[in-house]
Amino acid sequence: MTIDNVANRFDSPEEVTSRLRDVDYLSDAAIASTVFLADRLNKPVLVEGPAGTGKTQLAKSVAEILGARLIRLQCYEGLDESKTLYEWNYRKQLLRIQAGQSDGVKDDNDWSALEEDIFDEDFLLARPLLEAIRATEPVVLLIDEVDRVELETEALMLEVLSEYQVSIPELGTVKANQIPIVFLTSNNTRELSEALKRRCLFLHVGYPDIERERLIVETRVPGISKELADQIARIVRTIRDMDLRKSPSVSETIDWARTLVVLGKDTIDEKDAVETLHILLKYQTDIEKATAELTGTRR
Amino acid sequence: MLEILNDFIVALRASGLPISMTEHVDAAAAIAHIDLGDRTQFKSALRATLVKSEDHFDAFDLTFEVYFADRQSPSEAELAHWGKEEDTADEGSGDGQGSGEGSGGGGEHLSPEELAELLKEALRTNNSDTRAQVAKEAVTRYSGIEPGRPVGGTYYLYRTLRNLDLEGVAEQLKEEQRGGGKFSHLGERLLNDDIGARIEGMKKAIEAEIRRRLVEDRGAEALARSVRKPLPEDIDVMHATRDELATLERALRPLSRKLAVRLTRKRRHKRKGGLDFRKTVRESLSTGGVPIDPRYKNPRPAKPEIMVIADVSGSVASFARFTLHLVYAISSQFSKVRAFVFVDGIDEVTHLFDDADDPMDAVNRINAEANVVWIDGHSDYGHALKGFHEKFAEDITNRTSVLILGDARNNYHASEAWVVADIQSRAKHVHWLNPEPVSYWGSGDSIVMQYGEHCDSVVEVRTLRQLEKFVGELA
Repeated sequence: MTIDNVANRFDSPEEVTSRLRDVDYLSDAAIASTVFLADRLNKPVLVEGPAGTGKTQLAKSVAEILGARLIRLQCYEGLDESKTLYEWNYRKQLLRIQAGQSDGVKDDNDWSALEEDIFDEDFLLARPLLEAIRATEPVVLLIDEVDRVELETEALMLEVLSEYQVSIPELGTVKANQIPIVFLTSNNTRELSEALKRRCLFLHVGYPDIERERLIVETRVPGISKELADQIARIVRTIRDMDLRKSPSVSETIDWARTLVVLGKDTIDEKDAVETLHILLKYQTDIEKATAELTGTRR
Repeated sequence: MLEILNDFIVALRASGLPISMTEHVDAAAAIAHIDLGDRTQFKSALRATLVKSEDHFDAFDLTFEVYFADRQSPSEAELAHWGKEEDTADEGSGDGQGSGEGSGGGGEHLSPEELAELLKEALRTNNSDTRAQVAKEAVTRYSGIEPGRPVGGTYYLYRTLRNLDLEGVAEQLKEEQRGGGKFSHLGERLLNDDIGARIEGMKKAIEAEIRRRLVEDRGAEALARSVRKPLPEDIDVMHATRDELATLERALRPLSRKLAVRLTRKRRHKRKGGLDFRKTVRESLSTGGVPIDPRYKNPRPAKPEIMVIADVSGSVASFARFTLHLVYAISSQFSKVRAFVFVDGIDEVTHLFDDADDPMDAVNRINAEANVVWIDGHSDYGHALKGFHEKFAEDITNRTSVLILGDARNNYHASEAWVVADIQSRAKHVHWLNPEPVSYWGSGDSIVMQYGEHCDSVVEVRTLRQLEKFVGELA
C-alpha cells in the first residue's frame, strides 16, 4: 500500500466488542474479529445476511465509535458511474466557457488553457466513492445493498475497493488521503462477482443465538423486564425454527419488545403473544401457522 | 503455522471451496494480527478471509474442526485419562472385534450413574465446561473407538448416543422444570425447544470429541478425507441421505429466488422491440413531421408454456420435488405451467400449486393428494404416458415445452415410446431430465434411450447445480 497507514484504530477484537457495546451494538466473535481485521489489513468488509439483522447498523455503529463521518452509497438498479464515483459539473463548465467568450477566445493557446481550466477539481462533483477517498477526516464508507446493482456496475467499485484510488481520465489518479473502513452489505438476492468477493473480507450476520438476542433486546429496549426479554428471545427462537416464508428479524423482535413494553407487559402469556404476532410476522399465512403452532390449535 | 495453513487450504479446496491465491495470502496476513491462542478469533479470521459464501460455512467448519481440533488446556484428569485410554484402545484392537466394544470403557473415572447425573447437570446448567467434560467421559466409556480404521466416526457417535439415552434425560429435565405443575401449550413448546437446543449442543460436543480423538489417531489429513461431504449444490439428489435432503431443501429456496431475480433482469435488459411506426409519426408532429425521436415497441418476449410430467415413484421422488419447486419458483417467466405426476397412473397436480403461496407447500401435498397409482405402485412409464396422451395430448400446442422427469426404469413394461414421438410432433420442445448418471442409461430396465430418440434433448440432472442450469436456460 502506497499510502501511509493511519494509526491502527483498534488494539484487539475485544476492544472492538467493548467499544461497540458502548454504543449499544452487541457484536459477536465473528463480527469483532472481522472489523478488527478490516482495519489491520485495509480491506473492505462484505456483510451478508437476512434483512433486519443489523448489517447497516454495524457500519453506523463503527462510524460512531471512531467518531468518523459515515458516507453512504445506497445501491439500486441502474446506478451508474456519475452517481457512484464522480461527475463533471457541466453547468459550471458552461458558465466558465461563456465567461471566457466575453473576454474573447482568440487562438489555440487560449483554448487549451481554458480546457485545462474546466477540467479542474473545482468543476468536479465528488460522488460517495470519490468523496470517501478524498476526505481528510476519518470516514466510514457504507455501500448498501450492493447486490442490487448490475454486475457491470459492480466493476466500477473494484478500483476503489482494492487500491483506494479513482482514475479520472482528464485529471489522472486520485489517491486516498487515508484508508477508510468500508462496509458493503448484501441481502444475497444474487451472486456477487468473484472479483468483488475476493477483494473483501466476508462476514455473515445471521440471526443471533438466544443469549445474544436477549441481550440485544435488553440493550435496545429501555425499561424492559428481564423476564420479558427472556420470554421474547425464547419465543422468537421457536418461531424461527418453524418453516415460515419470512422469519422474524432482529429489528422486528425489537419492535415487538417495544410494543409489549408500551402495552405495559412484564410477562406475556399465549394470548398476548398471539395478539401481537403481526408485528413479528408479515405474511398472513405465517401468522396463522405460528398461531396454530404456539397455541396448539390445528387448522 | 504457514505450513499447517497450507495443508488446511488444500483440504478446503478438496472439499470444493474455491479459494484463490489472494485469499490464501490474506489468510496468512490475517493470522499475523490476531491472538493465535484464541480459537474463536482464529477461526473467524480464517473464515472471513477464505470463505465467501454462507453455503460453504458447513464445509469450512467441518474441515476446521478436523485441522484445528480444540486441544487447548486439557485438565489434569484428562491428561491422566489419555494414557489409560490408549491402553484400552490397544487392548481392544488386540483381541479383535467382539470384545473391543465391551472393554472400550477404559477410564474408570465415573460410574454410568455418575455420568448420567453429570449429563443431567450439564443439560440443566447449559455450561460449556461441564458439557465438554461429559462429552469426554461419554466418548471414552461408550464409543469404543478402534484405532486405525478409516471411518468418519458416525458409527462411534451413534454408539455413544445410544448408551447415553439423551431423550430419557430430556424427559426427566422437562418433568423437573414443570415442577409438578402444568404449563400452557406455549410454555410447553418453549420448554421443548429449549431442551432440544441443549441436547443438540450436547450431541455437537460429543461429535467434536470423537473427531478430536480420530484426528489424534490418524492425523488430520486422513480424517479430512473420510469426513468430507459434498457442497449442497453438488449432492447427488437420487442418493441423498435424509440429512442431505434437508440441506438441499434449505439450499433450494435461496437458489430459486436468485434464479428468478436473474431471469427477470435478463428479460428486462433485453434489446428493445422493433420500430413502432404509429408512435414515431405521432411523436414527429412536435418536430414538424421530422421523425427525430424514433419510438420502439415494447419487447414482448414469447413466454413458453411448460408442462412438467414427473415420475414420483420412490427412487426419483425427491428429484421430482426439487424440479417442480424450481420450475414453479420461476413460473412468472412462463405464460403457463402445468404439472403432472405419475407412478403407473397419471394425475394432474396444477391446482395444488395454484392454491399454495409457497411451491414447497404444494410439493409436500402431492404425495398425499395425487392419485398416481394404477395397479401396484411400481413405475410403468408406458401406461402413465398413454394415460397422459388420452387426457391431455390435445392441450399441447406448438408453444409448449414438455419436460419429462424420470429415470425411465420401467420394470420391463411396454415402453409406448410412440406417445413421446406424438408429443414431440405437437410440442415446441420435449426434454427428458434423467437423475441417473449417463453411464447407467440403458442398463437393466432403463429404457431412456427408447424415449430419448423422440426428445429434443436428454439431460443428466443429478445435482442442484445442473438443475439450476437447465431451468435457467429453459426460460
